[in-house]
Formats: sequence, C-alpha cells, structure tokens
Amino acid sequence: MAQDFSQPRLERRHIRVRGVVQGVGFRPFVYRLAQTLDLSGWVRNDGDGVELEGQGLPGNLSALIARIRSEAPSLARVDSIHTRLCDADPADQGFTIRTSESGAVSTTIGHDSAVCADCLAELFDPADRRWRYPFINCTHCGPRYTITRALPYDRSNTSMATFAQCPACQREYDAPVHRRFHAEPNACADCGPQLSLLEAAGVRVATRDPIADTLLRLLTGEIVAIKGLGGFHLVCDARNPEAVERLRARKGRGGKPFAVMVANLASARRWARLASAEEALLAGAERPVVLCEKRPSVDNELWGLAPDLGSIGLMLPYTPLHYLLFHDNAGRPSGTDWLGEVQDLALVMTSANPGGEPLVTDNQEALQRLKGIADAYLMHDRDILSRCDDSVMVAERSALAGARETPRFVRRARGFTPRSIRLAQKGVPVLAFGAWLKNAVCLTRGDEAFLSEHIGDLDNPGVCVAMDQAAEHLQRILAIQPEAVAHDLHPDFHSTRAALALADRLGVPAIGVQHHHAHIAAVLAEHRRSGPVLGVALDGVGLGSDGSAWGGELLTVDGAAFERVGHLAPLALPGGDQAARAPWRMAASALHRMGRGADIAPRFATQRGAAQIKVLLDKPHLCPTTTSMGRWFDAAAGLLGVCERMDYDAEAAMRLESLAASYGSALRAHRGWAVREDESGAELDLLPLLAELARERNPARGAAVFHATLLAALEDWIVAAARHERLSTVALGGGCFLNRQLAFELPRRLSARGLEVLTARQAPCNDGGIALGQAWVAIQQLQPGN
Amino acid sequence: MGHGAGGRAMAQLIDEVFARAFANEWLGQGNDAAVLPAPAAGERLVMATDAHVVSPLFFPGGDIGCLSVHGTINDVAVMGARPLYLAASFILEEGFALADLVRIVNSMAAAAREAGVPVVTGDTKVVEAGKGDGVFISTTGVGALPAGRDIGGANARAGDVVIVSGSIGDHGTAILSQRESLAFDTEIVSDTAALHGLIAHLLELVPGVRVMRDPTRGGLATTLNEIAVQSGVGISLEEAAIPVHPQVEAACEFLGLDPLYVANEGKLVVICAAADADAAVSALRAHPLGTEAARIGEVIDDPNHFVQIRTGFGGRRMVDWLSGEQLPRIC
Ligand SMILES: [Fe+3]
Ligand SMILES: [Mg+2]
Ligand SMILES: [Zn+2]
Ligand SMILES: [Zn+2]
Repeated sequence: MAQDFSQPRLERRHIRVRGVVQGVGFRPFVYRLAQTLDLSGWVRNDGDGVELEGQGLPGNLSALIARIRSEAPSLARVDSIHTRLCDADPADQGFTIRTSESGAVSTTIGHDSAVCADCLAELFDPADRRWRYPFINCTHCGPRYTITRALPYDRSNTSMATFAQCPACQREYDAPVHRRFHAEPNACADCGPQLSLLEAAGVRVATRDPIADTLLRLLTGEIVAIKGLGGFHLVCDARNPEAVERLRARKGRGGKPFAVMVANLASARRWARLASAEEALLAGAERPVVLCEKRPSVDNELWGLAPDLGSIGLMLPYTPLHYLLFHDNAGRPSGTDWLGEVQDLALVMTSANPGGEPLVTDNQEALQRLKGIADAYLMHDRDILSRCDDSVMVAERSALAGARETPRFVRRARGFTPRSIRLAQKGVPVLAFGAWLKNAVCLTRGDEAFLSEHIGDLDNPGVCVAMDQAAEHLQRILAIQPEAVAHDLHPDFHSTRAALALADRLGVPAIGVQHHHAHIAAVLAEHRRSGPVLGVALDGVGLGSDGSAWGGELLTVDGAAFERVGHLAPLALPGGDQAARAPWRMAASALHRMGRGADIAPRFATQRGAAQIKVLLDKPHLCPTTTSMGRWFDAAAGLLGVCERMDYDAEAAMRLESLAASYGSALRAHRGWAVREDESGAELDLLPLLAELARERNPARGAAVFHATLLAALEDWIVAAARHERLSTVALGGGCFLNRQLAFELPRRLSARGLEVLTARQAPCNDGGIALGQAWVAIQQLQPGN
Repeated sequence: MGHGAGGRAMAQLIDEVFARAFANEWLGQGNDAAVLPAPAAGERLVMATDAHVVSPLFFPGGDIGCLSVHGTINDVAVMGARPLYLAASFILEEGFALADLVRIVNSMAAAAREAGVPVVTGDTKVVEAGKGDGVFISTTGVGALPAGRDIGGANARAGDVVIVSGSIGDHGTAILSQRESLAFDTEIVSDTAALHGLIAHLLELVPGVRVMRDPTRGGLATTLNEIAVQSGVGISLEEAAIPVHPQVEAACEFLGLDPLYVANEGKLVVICAAADADAAVSALRAHPLGTEAARIGEVIDDPNHFVQIRTGFGGRRMVDWLSGEQLPRIC
C-alpha cells in the first residue's frame, strides 16, 4: 500500500511518569503542554503516578517528554519517564484530563511549601477576591503534609474536609486549566478557614482585624503564640530585649539561640552576611531556618538573641499569615513592590515546645500548654494533622570538585517531609526507629526511604508518644507495613524498645545497628552506595559493639558489614552523662590523663565537686570511657574556659567554633597529636594538643589552634587509614560535622589527597539522620544471599 | 576459719556463735527443722526469701547482718503480712575473720530481736578461699496475712496517689561512698530498717492501701515501673516533692547517678486512693521511720505504662526502667 505523503505521520505514545507528581498541578501542566504542542490524548493519576497518552507529530511528542522533565511544576519531582509506542487513532481529537482510575490510590503526599509568587500577587491586590486572605494557596504552594490524615491525598482526607468550597472556589477547583485545579486546600474568605485572636485566658478578642492587633501586641512587647503550618510558634519582637528575655525566662530556654523571621532577603542582609547559596536557601519554597554569619547589628540591635555565637538563624515568611504581619508593618501597600524593600521588623519565631515537649499543634492544647508563656494566641480553625517543625539548614560552598553549592541539614522537617530519598536498590520495607536525641524515624518502600519529620529528644514522654505516632503516620500515608525493623544497640532508648515491641507484634526481624555504622550508612544511602568505604564517624556518644561508648571512629563499611579500624584515644567520663553536660569535667579528665590531676581543683575551683573529681578519675571502674569526638571538643572548651557547663546540647563546641572563626587562621600545634596502633586499629590521641591548650591564655587563639590542629590530625589519620585499608572513598558522618570547619575544610583536604569524599546532604549528619542509615543497613542485610 | 585439719573444731565454734546470738526456743529444740504454730484461722501464709551480697560488709548505718534481716522482713511486710519467723543460711569464705563474723551475727540477732521476728532455723557452709566474698547471707521469712487483705503491685488505679515514706537514695549512696572511700561533707548513712512496725501503724489507720513496695535494688524508678506494668497504668511524679537528702543529691550529681535509681533498704512506697492520701501521709509521719513521708505523684491512665516526672518549667522527663547500669547516652 502506498504511503500517504499528504498527511504528516501521526505517532501515539503511552507515557508513565513516576515521582512526586500528584497533588502538585501535574495534570493541568501536561494538559497545557499538550495544547501548546498540538497533541491529542489524555492524562490521569493512578496508583503508580501519572500516566498519559499523547498523539501528534513525532517531534512534538519528543518535545512533550523533554518538557515534562524540564518544566515540571515547582513542587513536582520527576524520578522517571517511561514511554512506549501504541496504535495511533486518527479519530482522536483534543486532550482531556481523566479522573483517577477507580481504586487507584495516589502514592504520595506532597510536602508543605511557601506561598507562591502568583498567590502573593493576589494576596496584595486590593481588587482580588482573596485580598489579604491568610489561607490563600494553589497547586504550586501551600500546605500538604501537615493537613493530611491518610492516603489518598484528597480533600476528604485533609483537615480542609470540613470546609465546603463556595461556588467561586469550586469553579477553580474543577477547571483543568486553572492554577487551583484540584488544589485540595483551596479556599477563600467566604468558605475557608478563619483567624481568631485570643487573650492569655483564652477569651476571644473582639477585633475586626486579628492580624493588625497581633502586630500591635508584638510591637508593644507581648509574646504571641501564632499557629503556623506544622505547629505553633512563640513570637516576639526581636528588637525588644525585654520581650526576648521574658520569652527566654518563660520558656525555660537558657542561652540557646532563637531563630528570627524577617520580611525578605533585603531585610535579612541587614542582620547577616549572606552568600548567594544562603540567599537561595532562605528564599526557596521550603523556607528553612538558615544559619547565617551574623553582622554586628545583631549584637547591637537584637540583644541577647544568639549570645556568644557567630551565626544567627534567619527565616523568611512562608505562610500568607506571616506575610500579612509584615504587610501591616509596611503600611498595607497595594501590589508586591514592598516585598523587595528593607523592613526593620524582626520577629523571634521559636517552636512552641516548652520544656522539650513536642511542638504544640492543637488550639486547645495551645491554650493549656502555653499558659504562662503566651500573652495572646493568633490561631485558626484549620487543624494541623501532622506536626512538623521548621527545618534548619546551613548553606555552604562545597569543597568537593565538581559539586555545586551544597546545603546541609541541621534539622529536616517542614518543606522536606515526606519527600523520599532514593536508594540504590529496592528492598523489603523497613521501619527504622533512630536513636535518642533529635530523633526521626524512617520507613522504606521499594527503593525510597521516607525520613519522618524531626521529632525531638526521647527523654520526654510526650516526644516518645510523638515518635510512636510518627511511625504509625508514616505507615498510614505510605500504605505500607514494615517487614523488618531496625534500631540502635542501646537497650534503654524508647526507640529501641518500640522497635522490639513492633517486631514482636508483627513477627518480623529486628535488626540492631551500631550507632556509628548507621551514621556512615546514612551517608552511603543517600549517595546510593553500599561500599566499601572508609567511614569517619565524629560524634557524641553512641554504644559500640563492645559495649563501650564510641564516638570518634574509623569504620570500614561494606554492605551490611562493618569493621572498626581506628578510634580516638579514650577519655574518662567522670560522672557519666554528667560529664557530657559539664565541659569542665572533660577538661579535668584530660588533665588527669596528662598526669596533672593536682591542677584540677585550683583550675575549676568554682565548680561543685572540683576538689573531689580527681578521686573519681583515680578509679577507672567508676568512670566509663569514651572515644567520642564531641567530648574532646568539650575538653578543649573546658580547658580554654570557653564553657564550663552547658545550657544546651553542643553549646561548648558551638562556642569554640565561633571563637575560632573570630580569631581567624592559626598555626596548628607542633606535634599536637599521635597515632598509635592498638588491637582495635589506629588510635588518634589529641592529648598533646590539649596540653598546649591548657597553657593557652587567649581563648580565641586556643580555639583556632584547636581547630587547625584537629584538621591536620584528622587528615593525617584518615589518609593513612584509607591507604592501609586500600580504600579510595571516605564517608563522613556524625553530629560533629555540623561544625563548619570540619564540614568544609576536612572534605577539601581529603579530596586534595586524592580521596573521594561523601558527606550528608539529604539528611542531617547528626542523629536526625541515623534512622536512614539503620534502614539501609537492614535492607542490605536482608538482601537474598546475605 | 577453715575446714580440713581443725575444720571440725572451727565448725563447732561457728555453731556456738550462732546458737549464742540467736538463742530461742526453736533453735534450742536442736532438730533439723523448726516446728511452728499454725497461723490463726482465715489467715494465709506469706513467704519471701532474699540472698544478701554486699560490699563493703560494714557501712555507715549498718552491715550485712542487720540488712539481711530487714530486707526479708520488709518483703513480707509490704504484702500487708505480719512477719513471724526467719530462716538464715550463711556461706562463709575460708579465712574470714572470726571477729567480723561475730560482729555480723550479733548485728543480725539484734535486728531480729528488735523486730520481734526470731531466726528459727539456719545453716552454714564454708567454701574455699577465693570462692566467696567474705560472707553471703540468705534469709527466708514467713508471715501471716489477715483474711481479706489484698495489697499488691497490680492494684494501682488511675487517680491514686503515690507516697514515699522518706528520703530516697540513702542506702546505695552510702554503700558506694564507703566502698570507694569517697568522703563527702556530711557522712551518708544507710537507711536500712525493718518496716513492719511502720506498715502496721499505717494499715491500722488506712486499711485500704492498694500497693506497698520497698524500693530496693533499682531504686524508686524501677519499683514504680514494675507497678505501672503490673497494674497497667502510668505514673506521674513531681520532682520537687520527692525527698532526697542534700548530701545524697550532691553525691549522686557528682557520681553521675540518678537518686531515683539508687537502692533503699528502709523505705516504703505506698499507693492509695486519693481520698486516703492525707491520712496515709500523716500516719507515716507519726512513726519514727516515716517522718519525711511525702506525697510524690499520682497514678494516671496511660496505655504506654510510662513513669514520668514533672520537672521545673512544666517540663517532663521519662523515668524508664533500665536494663542494666546507667549507660552513657548523650550523643
Ligand atoms: Fe550520633
Ligand atoms: Mg528484697
Ligand atoms: Zn500559590
Ligand atoms: Zn471560596
């Protein structure tokens, strides 16, 4: 049969897109592309993601596939596109959005996202029907995870279920081409959630304008609890030292720094020196708190916010409600020009989790638990169904060749949960329970790992319950039941007990993973590696496989197996965990090891127990020892008099780092360390360095010498071990890598020595990411043939 | 002391020490077992046994001898029973100083006499040097439980009040300080005591007490966790209300111990209905062994059976049970 050259040849392709493609405006996006490219066919959601058929000119079909990848909506993540040819149907005309295949359950729930530019334009347009409506959103922005109860992601499964859309909203929701097509939280002032302002006693304030009233209260020094996306914040004017101090006192917060919200980047620059990577992070749709280098203006004008630290946590508004506070402060201008203008308003925004409790999410709960702390409450009637704290990040230019600027997590939560981390291979679903401090749990499905939001420290019973809930919630929203559990080796963590109890109930294996093995495995997991690598775990304390307290370890890691090939020299912990809160005790421990026990009492005369601690140190069976890097930091800080007792976790190390940065570069201590071989590998001893610090009179210089020497020592130790083990890749993990010098400079040096360096980027390097590593070890251990 | 040559003579000497110290009509019968009168009609027998191993053998406030009497009497008494008789067996290490043995046995006999609970039968074995640690004492007690009395770890209910008879952590801290020759400003003295008098006084005034325990090894924390699991409830404590002597608190902070987990040998945990709580506290306080009694918390509904403690600033902390020693956990 002769081919008909008069008609262009039509091609039809079936296309399957996997990734985060539901609830993010993907179908309207495909619809618009199809229109532009003159394609006919259809698109729909199904249990696997999005599937579509497109028919048209072959070139246009290729363009469609390319543009699905390159122009995907901002909240989407395309993991894979598979296509196959199918029979063309010349009769097919036009492109349609089909309803989801019946019974097909959408597979993912999106993360929460800051209000988008289009919505902001409407929010500040006096002619728009949503002018100053605090709950404006669309498929490109707004709440997802925090308002969702279960799969499928559908209005009926969200806390918007109680708000019936008005006809105007419904029309948007139903219109395939509209930005609000199937925007589940779609709402307006006529049909959606409403604000209310309450007095401390819980009585509603009779005001027509709760936002203006709130701003006024803040400006006059009140502390207002404001309901956000994933929980309440306690908010006060950061420029009012008396208010800041009152918040500190009422929250029982000690000297721990507060995060600050400012109107925009222009305003942020007033308080911090921002690198472009930091600006990108601050303004990104995830809107984390970003730790930035503070300017002198902070100490001069935001008194008492971040005492003794070189950095300040900044954050930009992310809900329409936040924006409206700044809009009021700017005098309610029309349009969006004001969004680029500097504002002086700086608001302390601290999580409402007094006393180490879980973040407050519920209105009634807020009135009870924030009693005595908040002077007023700005709340609303859209329930928060998943608690989610602010994420905290650090932006830094990467030292690694070829790598772009790589942000790092201090805390991974809002904006990122429940985004998955792709693993190198599929495995059985594993629920990993993490450790004890800053805990998060992790559930895997296929080759994806879902790390829960930051949950908190498990010394608090409320946080333990929150952990149990987070584990259940993950199972529900992923519609998966674990076939194995993973946990820390420490027998007395609530996480370990919960893991064992669940394994028992489900009749599935429970896999104990050594703490630092898990830290390294977390790094391997996100880099889709399984080893062999040399793992460098620099951390606080974690239980070792020999029952002692590890925390400065060289481990060879290969698949599910590891071997300890080096460690820091052990330091005695006089008083166990007491020593982890009192750097003077670690300094005493170091002095004692130097044979200078007699110096302890005069040196720390003001500390209770200083006169006796030598007696304790003389009895090794009363002092557990640890190879923890964190405790060496504490010892250095104690010897330099930088910090003798800690108000908050890692305070000594953070202050030491800030001091070192203020001093600038310093020479390393001559012969400041020694590496010895013992039966458990290469032992790095920093005692000579500490002996030098004990003589140092200038704490800033001492801090700088400590960092310079530590870096040189680590480089020496790690490179030698890598050679010895014939490994060319090192993975760095553990909480000490939150130290910027270690995080930035050590990878640079190691790569300069020819090593490939892997670091934590998608999950926090501290215990907030440890569940990911536990899960990855378990998956590999359960792999057939293992 | 020893066996082998002259061993028989030594064994006789030991028997002599015991016979003289404990002299009573049942031991005097010279039989292999004591024949005892049956309890009153309707009463039930309660029996408990405890092996005592302690280093050092002598410590401020007591020694292994009186401790072995108190410990077993208390185990019988917290069930609400009247302790009646004790049995004791000794494992002595060859070479143990006779003078120390006499001191221990006399202390034990004095404790039994003071408590009014005679040691009616006993046994002694000597093991080779190196196979024992001076002396181990195992005691068994028998008591009579009145009809209808039901006191036990499974009886706590939400809304009940938790009371402790006095300061906690004294015994364990005293032992440790003595063993390690740690000197503190004020000497810490063990609280070892027999509690049946205090308990009898309490039950007379508050017969409806639901749970009693003596928080020995593992301390108050472990005891309350056991009760929470047995009763299927949670327990919430008030940190500020728990009596701890300042010198014990300071020693524990110094050593990195939590007084909640430190052993007591003369303290009573009581759980009773809220309506009985005031009466129970005043009854305890009226007795010389309960002058520092305090209401320290309450029983709550909690499917997790957590024991938790309220600290300053409205904070709460888990008071977990521990599977072993207090291991370092701060990462
Ligand atoms: Fe860790
Ligand atoms: Mg006992
Ligand atoms: Zn939007
Ligand atoms: Zn509406």
